[in-house]
Amino acid sequence: MLLLAVDTATPAVTVALHDGSSVLAAESQVDARRHGELLLPAVDRVLSEAGVGVGLGAVTDVVVGVGPGPYTGLRVGLATALAFGSALGVPVHGLCTLDGLAYASGLEEPFVVATDARRKEVYWARYADARTRVGEPAVDRPADLTERVAGLPAVGAGAFLYPAAFRDARAPEHQSAAALAGLAAELLAAGRTDEFLPPLPLYLRRPDAEVPKNYKVVTPK
Amino acid sequence: MADEPLVLGIETSCDETGVGIVRGTTLLADTVASSVDEHARFGGVVPEIASRAHLEAMVPTIERALKEAGVSARDLDGIAVTSGPGLAGALLVGVSAAKAYAYALGKPLYGVNHLASHICVDQLEHGPLPEPTMALLVSGGHSSLLLAPDITSDVRPMGATIDDAAGEAFDKIARVLHLGFPGGPVIDRLAKEGDPAAIAFPRGLTGPRDAPYDFSFSGLKTSVARWIEAKRNAGEEVPVRDVAASFQEAVVDVLTRKAVRACKDQGVDHLMIGGGVAANSRLRALAAERCERAGIRLRVPRPGLCTDNGAMVAALGAEMVARNRPASDWDLSADSSLPVTEPHVPGRTHVNEPDRDHGHGHGHGHDHDHVHELAKDNLY
Ligand SMILES: [Zn+2]
Repeated sequence: MLLLAVDTATPAVTVALHDGSSVLAAESQVDARRHGELLLPAVDRVLSEAGVGVGLGAVTDVVVGVGPGPYTGLRVGLATALAFGSALGVPVHGLCTLDGLAYASGLEEPFVVATDARRKEVYWARYADARTRVGEPAVDRPADLTERVAGLPAVGAGAFLYPAAFRDARAPEHQSAAALAGLAAELLAAGRTDEFLPPLPLYLRRPDAEVPKNYKVVTPK
Repeated sequence: MADEPLVLGIETSCDETGVGIVRGTTLLADTVASSVDEHARFGGVVPEIASRAHLEAMVPTIERALKEAGVSARDLDGIAVTSGPGLAGALLVGVSAAKAYAYALGKPLYGVNHLASHICVDQLEHGPLPEPTMALLVSGGHSSLLLAPDITSDVRPMGATIDDAAGEAFDKIARVLHLGFPGGPVIDRLAKEGDPAAIAFPRGLTGPRDAPYDFSFSGLKTSVARWIEAKRNAGEEVPVRDVAASFQEAVVDVLTRKAVRACKDQGVDHLMIGGGVAANSRLRALAAERCERAGIRLRVPRPGLCTDNGAMVAALGAEMVARNRPASDWDLSADSSLPVTEPHVPGRTHVNEPDRDHGHGHGHGHDHDHVHELAKDNLY
């Protein structure tokens, strides 16, 4: 088993290579505006760091964080993962980005994961423990969540951004593809492949139906 | 000719997910998935809807193109992708997919210019482009006159619209006439039954002191809309066919007049017309007539190659390979305002490159000083 995991649903551009028992190489860069530029060079570095004989051709599965996350960046990881899957002829497994953060937390008590959804909202979900999400991820204003998350530890940048709602913010703040790959490796080893999500984005919001002033035209400054 | 470069091209700058495959100047596959129907009820392309549709269509369209061409991805000599100009989020889907394909297959990647691709596509129809070529690009997003001494390295803006694109004017007038979106085909059809001389609509920027190669369609748009409104206010029936014909005539008269003049002034004896509006039958007819009279050879690709498609990107990519132009780097970005003067985005030379991850991250140091970008709301 050789898993290549990528996730660009949050400000982190993160890549990992996992052989089923451990992470061979991984890297993360936090830069919310350059996902498109950063991802492929990161994949390239991770592959060369993993060492001789571990080329992209040896990858057996591609794992991708499907969000929820701000759309433009989110699509970079998905388009990349889907194209890898097609070019290499290997399956592409989707995982909820929040599940990666939950898995990385290692918590064994109930908690929440919250990431920044911009527009003063968070993407969030509740967990019974690091491997067990309770319900579907959602997007909400932190102020509207205060009661529902009261007393629960909270993982992810959304928790750190809104301390009034999330009083007990915990690490990790950022998503790591290494955690996502670790989770995927567990599912694959246990044959629980039906728990993967289709490699399609979790937008959770309808698109803003705004036609730019000169639609069709694209307008640089 | 098996030694000609086999290139796959990806185009996602607007609402069409296009993938084309060419061998040299021979078209092998041209597949398109369009999200145009999803935009119709908004009266224009909604960027987020386009981006979502691109992501869903991207890989299936690539696989369909490979199948249609009957080639193996392993045999490709390169992968080309529109890196700009276009809608940023839409471009990014194509660029990300192209990079991953190229990387996974171990093929060179060519980020190319959408406008240069529109010109280069004619090689698939009429063989190698003469050098230089004069090109008139007209669509919902473009209205440009370009001189291309070398389509892979030297494209010069001669003129451009200072306000609306020509195709946009068609869409707007179609909307005022309640004809739906997009407006080009329906106006073209109705105009055939109307009188182009029925109403004297203005010809923008055609005065002796106006910029000889620039276009303006905003005044025409307003004038037509006002004329229709006046008829309606007077309780009279709007002669839709005559309005369509007279409006269309005003647009194509200016376009062809300026294009032919640019050819004459520059001593160029070839004119190519590309972009979605090049499908307009009256534009083709009038251009043919005026070119013939001026001794200019007109080249217009078939309508399917005039609108945005992947074949045009593949065509330019193949030319990049054929002329040994440097490939792009893996950090190629989508550049929504890539200037027309940059036919492709070459990788940096890998010498003296102390900190490539610093700064804005564009692989090319252009300063977006678009000489012909007279109106800030327009592209070129
Ligand atoms: Zn175009």
